Amino acid sequence: MDTQIIQWLLAIPVGGAALIALWPGRSARVARWIALAASLITFAVSIYLWRHFDPALGMQFETEVDWIPSLGIAYHVGIDGISLLLVLLTTLLCPLAIASSFTSITQKERGYYAVMLVLEAAMIGVFVALDLVLFYLFWEVMLVPMYFLIGIWGGKRRRYATFKFVLFTMLGSLLMLVAIVYLAAGAYRATGFWNFDWVALSGLTFAYDVQIYLFLAFALAFAIKLPLFPFHTWLPDAHVEAPTAGSVLLAGVLLKMGVYGFFRFALPWFPDAFATFVPYLIVLSIIGIIYGALVAMVQKDVKSLVAFSSVAHMGFVMLGLCALNIQSLAGSLLQSVNHGVITGMLFLIVGMLYERRHTRQISELGGLFKSMPLWTTALVLATLAAIGLPGTSGFVGEFLILVGTFKVYPVAAVFATFGIVLAAVYMLWMLQRVALGKITRPENENVTDLSRRERWILVPLVVAIFWVGVYPNAFLDKMTPAIQNMMHEMYARQTTSVPAVDSPQLVVEEERDAEQP
Amino acid sequence: MSLAPLIPLFPLAGFLLLGLGRRRWPRSLVGPLASGMVLASFVCSVVVFFDLLSLPDGARSVKHVLFSWITVGRFDVEAAILIDPLSIVMALAVTGVGFLIHVYSIGYMRDEPDYVRYFTYLNLFMFMMLTLVLGANYLLLYVGWEGVGLCSYLLIGFWYTKDSATNAGKKAFIVNRIGDFGFALALMMLFWQVGTLDFGGVSAAAADTFVVGGTLITAICLLLFLGATGKSAQIPLHVWLPDAMEGPTPVSALIHAATMVTAGVYMVARSSVLFVMSPQALAVVAGIGAATAIFAATVALAQSDIKKVLAYSTISQLGYMFMACGVGAFAAGIFHLMTHAFFKALLFLGAGSVIHAMAGEQDMCRMGGLSRVLPQTRRVMLIACFAIAGIIPLSGFVSKDAILWGAFAGPFHSTVIWLIGVLAAALTAFYMFRLYFLTFEGESRWPKGTHPHESPPVMTAPLWILAILSIVGGFIGWPHVLGGADWFAHFLEPVWAEMPAAAHGSAATEWLLMALTLGLAVGGILGARYFYVTQTEKATALATRLLGLRNLLAHAYYVDTIYDRLFVQPVVAGSRLLWQYVDVYLIDGFANGLAWVTRGTGRLLGHFQTGTLRNYILVFAVGVVLILGYYALAWSL
Repeated sequence: MDTQIIQWLLAIPVGGAALIALWPGRSARVARWIALAASLITFAVSIYLWRHFDPALGMQFETEVDWIPSLGIAYHVGIDGISLLLVLLTTLLCPLAIASSFTSITQKERGYYAVMLVLEAAMIGVFVALDLVLFYLFWEVMLVPMYFLIGIWGGKRRRYATFKFVLFTMLGSLLMLVAIVYLAAGAYRATGFWNFDWVALSGLTFAYDVQIYLFLAFALAFAIKLPLFPFHTWLPDAHVEAPTAGSVLLAGVLLKMGVYGFFRFALPWFPDAFATFVPYLIVLSIIGIIYGALVAMVQKDVKSLVAFSSVAHMGFVMLGLCALNIQSLAGSLLQSVNHGVITGMLFLIVGMLYERRHTRQISELGGLFKSMPLWTTALVLATLAAIGLPGTSGFVGEFLILVGTFKVYPVAAVFATFGIVLAAVYMLWMLQRVALGKITRPENENVTDLSRRERWILVPLVVAIFWVGVYPNAFLDKMTPAIQNMMHEMYARQTTSVPAVDSPQLVVEEERDAEQP
Repeated sequence: MSLAPLIPLFPLAGFLLLGLGRRRWPRSLVGPLASGMVLASFVCSVVVFFDLLSLPDGARSVKHVLFSWITVGRFDVEAAILIDPLSIVMALAVTGVGFLIHVYSIGYMRDEPDYVRYFTYLNLFMFMMLTLVLGANYLLLYVGWEGVGLCSYLLIGFWYTKDSATNAGKKAFIVNRIGDFGFALALMMLFWQVGTLDFGGVSAAAADTFVVGGTLITAICLLLFLGATGKSAQIPLHVWLPDAMEGPTPVSALIHAATMVTAGVYMVARSSVLFVMSPQALAVVAGIGAATAIFAATVALAQSDIKKVLAYSTISQLGYMFMACGVGAFAAGIFHLMTHAFFKALLFLGAGSVIHAMAGEQDMCRMGGLSRVLPQTRRVMLIACFAIAGIIPLSGFVSKDAILWGAFAGPFHSTVIWLIGVLAAALTAFYMFRLYFLTFEGESRWPKGTHPHESPPVMTAPLWILAILSIVGGFIGWPHVLGGADWFAHFLEPVWAEMPAAAHGSAATEWLLMALTLGLAVGGILGARYFYVTQTEKATALATRLLGLRNLLAHAYYVDTIYDRLFVQPVVAGSRLLWQYVDVYLIDGFANGLAWVTRGTGRLLGHFQTGTLRNYILVFAVGVVLILGYYALAWSL
């Protein structure tokens, strides 16, 4: 099974989607259960993957089959410590997102669940693809189901939101395509053969000025996805208009592709260019952290508050990338996963509220603890993780990022640490206005609490939050060797002619870090 | 197999049992279960304490590693418990006082519908507080630190339908986070300097890593202390504690008097190795402590809410403890921490008994003459007041005297600090007896229809135990000059860093200073008696004459208002501006403009897409001509 396991991960959701399409009759019930079953089986497969993953081996579960040999395009997939957790995050969130749609999606259900499964396959595909054409394919294909999710099942301003989302994302990805073709042409010049393979392309080195352009083309695509300030404005609109499940996957998984892109391509391939842009990226990350928090504070809609908080949290993740040491990078990757869990949970919670109250305006809520104690408890737990309380996953990720960043950019770390203060301000203020206080509107009086199904949707996320918070080594152990590998590659490729951004002593220090067993 | 890891685990188990079981628990079991868990912790602490005593002086520091917590490269932090004299003293005080307050709560919260939630939070608090004091490294200390902050937030806002309560909870958490900002930065600096966050590792490496009086060590200490000012409500982050009185009174006793707020003192004492290397930082600690001690004491003079008086008194007493740390008298600081836990818990629980009797009334102007109806409460309150006022031989006298003597003759002594300490001591005696006389003596000024009644034994029994502790608690640290052995200081001795030799004052000086403070304390008591029992009209007259000053004190120097105008309002207004201007107008404006231009261009180009073959051929021909022309031109040049 081991050799085919990634194919299973991709095939099960696609097969599920096909089954929904082919199933006789138009029963929404059947579609739901097929979708849930398919995503749960995928999750089970990914657990098997997790259990059999050996951090010491590097890239594993690889499959390589020629696809268009004349152009050097192949179906090449594999998983290493960088993609493992992101795949798991995807397979964990998908069944929950699907289960959360049972009551909230009431029209065109068969299409909806089929689209969800296609989206799942595409998302997994992005994380496992080791051929750049394949990667690009998954990257773009993913947009289609997302486009439909927001465009068909979204809110009132869904048209504006979908256009903005697609426009922003396409802008970045087209430039990335140009860069990918340029890379393959580079391989052609060097070897006489076209090649889009990640491993083969990793062998190339580029002159500094070429690196700059290639890096910019890749980084823009990833920065928009991440999103880095000021490329974030598609995010609040897309979130507010998307159905709950769309928001969960958007924040939970799609944003992580930006992070993944940096880890997989932009960092190891263009170290010199990266070093050049690091100061700007740090400034943008810090602006994102502070700005996202301040703007989140004054939002009137709970969902857009959570969306802006994502901007702040992803600022942390980007900052960790910039600091480029093992602590900050591990923190960055771990925090990406944490953010997916925490923000996914927040969106689910907000969605559950919306189904009952049909509003997300903070001013129309208040005092919900009285009628919805379980719902409020879930909200409190997610809030605590979001503000990085020790014992929750948010703390481990943020603290590792900050520790790593402090070593090389102490001033940036100071600003980022202040962002944690602000996080407490906007989250607790929201909590207070939504769930505490007196009930001022009669509609808030008899809201039903979470159903059994809803409870079981949230429980896995709570478990994940505390598991990572209390015993993070279970996850860090899987990822650190891969990150160290990436750092090795990066430093091996770094030319001495780097326009020095940072002291050379930094690099030496990092080498020492990377070499530690 | 040591019992040490069980100490925090019992309350954790209680929390999980109550939290997951919720309403399934029969009401009568909830209180005893929660209290039982804490009692079990206390028993374990006692056993561990005697285990520790059986070890020789130098070996009294035992680390129990539970598992490896966060490991990334050189950053390697264990989940481990450290048992040494300091941590076990803290654990004993926390579990002992905590148990009594749990028991008291069974009576006090009897009519509370959300009984289970209350005890769930309370047990969680005990777990976090024990993590704080028993954790073997700074990161675990930080875990407990934020954890108790969470519990404080939850319990201040326990009555969540009251806006004042939820506001106070939020304020407490956010102000604490500002302090934690410093704490977190200190941890990062410390880690990259020393390479570990383990207490033992830091102690061992500090001397080789830092230069005495250097910038680095001073920065680390000051950042740590910023954290302490948040948690222990010192200037400038003291503003949350008075508001925290919105929580149930036993919570005020446990969290906001006896245990959590002393965490800052514990942290500074735990970091004595670092602080001793930075005399500058120590001076700041002593200065802030002294300033807070006198500031809060003056504010306490003008409060009419019984819990507010106690809150400011707590802030003031915490100032004393920092004063002690700042002058290098760490043992005295911890000693006062312990005795204060006894008598301040007693004062709060006594006040709770009064409030309980008065059906929720907290304004002392509506009390008076309660000694007749609350004889037991009155007696224990009197004992507590004598203790905090520093009357020999009660516990407060011994520990306060140790601090003042340290300020006068300790390794980092300062006469100014000592003088402020003495003054604050006199004020303390005055405002505490003002509270006592206003509440229990004189005429009754109760609102109509109030029928005060003494509390049930489940509440008075803990009061009496605390009263006895407040009386005898001082004897374990009875000073040499009065013929004692000062066992407490010797027991803690191995924990502290080596310090410059003390300035050894003579026994005669010590006697003299002792007599002076004692005299001032008695003066304070008599003054309070004069104004609030014998010549009450004089107090009223004085208050009218000094109305401005009285208002200033009653409003705590308007610090809250200043913070609100200076920070809160501008930040909120500025953020609205950011959102509406930068996000909606600037960035989206740009993006939408781009879309508009694209659409416009598309429309324009759309005109060419006529669908008529002739036009296409024409355009094609023009294109070919242009390209050919270009090459022709390029070739000919």
